[in-house]
Amino acid sequence: MMKWIAIAALSSVAGMASAEAVAPADVQFDDYGAVEVSLSGTPGDAANGAAIVGDKKQGNCVACHQVGALADIPFQGEIGPALNGAGDRWTEAELRGIVSNSKKTFEGSMMPSYYKTTGYIRPGDAFTGKAASEPLPPLMDAQMIEDVVAFLATLKE
Amino acid sequence: MNFKATLACAAFVASVAPAAFAGEDAELVLNGEIPIVTTAPAPAHLDGVLGDEIKSGWLFRSDETQATQMDDFDNPGMIFVDQAQASWDTVEGSEGKSCASCHNDPAESMKGVRATYPKWNEEAGEVRTLAMQINDCRENQMGAEPWKYDKGDIVSMEALISVQSRGMPVNVAIDGPAQSTWEQGKEMYYTRYGQFELSCANCHEDNFGNMIRADHLSQGQINGFPVYRLKNTKLNGSHSRFKGCIRDTRAETFNPGSPEFVALELYVASRGNGLSVEAPSVRN
Repeated sequence: MMKWIAIAALSSVAGMASAEAVAPADVQFDDYGAVEVSLSGTPGDAANGAAIVGDKKQGNCVACHQVGALADIPFQGEIGPALNGAGDRWTEAELRGIVSNSKKTFEGSMMPSYYKTTGYIRPGDAFTGKAASEPLPPLMDAQMIEDVVAFLATLKE
Repeated sequence: MNFKATLACAAFVASVAPAAFAGEDAELVLNGEIPIVTTAPAPAHLDGVLGDEIKSGWLFRSDETQATQMDDFDNPGMIFVDQAQASWDTVEGSEGKSCASCHNDPAESMKGVRATYPKWNEEAGEVRTLAMQINDCRENQMGAEPWKYDKGDIVSMEALISVQSRGMPVNVAIDGPAQSTWEQGKEMYYTRYGQFELSCANCHEDNFGNMIRADHLSQGQINGFPVYRLKNTKLNGSHSRFKGCIRDTRAETFNPGSPEFVALELYVASRGNGLSVEAPSVRN
């Protein structure tokens, strides 16, 4: 009985993921850190991407970056560059690479890697302070990354 | 009623008047008589990583928070200092002693002590924090139970001891037998922990002065510890703050009192050599 429940739970998780999703370990970065292939296989939803960028519980990109298009969100940070015009400066593939793992584009960047699951020093279980074993769940799933990339691509000067 | 109104008025003036001079160029004088050095030449060992000057976290706080620390009657941290003065005089343990039995008046005996901690203890062969030294006294001189690291009793006692050094420059030794512990702390300072892969330096060296969401990042100096935080309305030890920071990188933290945090405390304290002891400071 327990086994059946476990199997049912597993298959429902698998069912939610797109068949074409690229696993974090399988992402192909080019020499400049860009990622050509969609991570989810489903086009990004820019409106949802905007919500992720501004939401403290999701991407929280505004903690470090100013985004003029989201002017209604208070307390935008000054750590990274403003994202205004990001869609002019970077291609979709470059944006996908930067959001997935910015260190492949900017060596030593302070920016966290949002689609990476291994290679951490003292990895923790979210914000509990307790230890966690790798692979960790990525900070954003494949579709969230695609949604954020779709939103960033709309940011034109 | 008139008296109360006058008091309220006086309090209003007192809390607003200093605010006019607050901000990043503000001067901190406690109770109108103890000048606090909140900007000092950077220690040589920093090799310019913070520029020419080190700055107290007080300078990065809001006018209101700054004002709260200017007068002991406004500073809620002083309540805990009073409590610690009572426990200083309380006999505990098998030896029938209080702190006062050996150390008399802390205003005399503890003057300058906080400024040099953490420091090497020759007999023990280790770097000790002030908290470790307090517990050593409790266990080996008083025959009393040690206090739990960074919990109420011991943090209050650290504040009482620190108050006796307010205005004196932090001056922890980083060479000689303390050097290897200091090196360990330095390595930790630059290690990018957790799923966010953030080091102390990412925020407090590379980005002090910048806003991270609603937080104004300071240099992460610990000359003001123990610190009264408006966030949790109690005194906090530096190890608890380290733990909170590392937890927020989505990492497995270290424990208050662990050898790792002792090393980190020595290193971070040394980055503030030259700033005044401020404890109990007030922060958000």
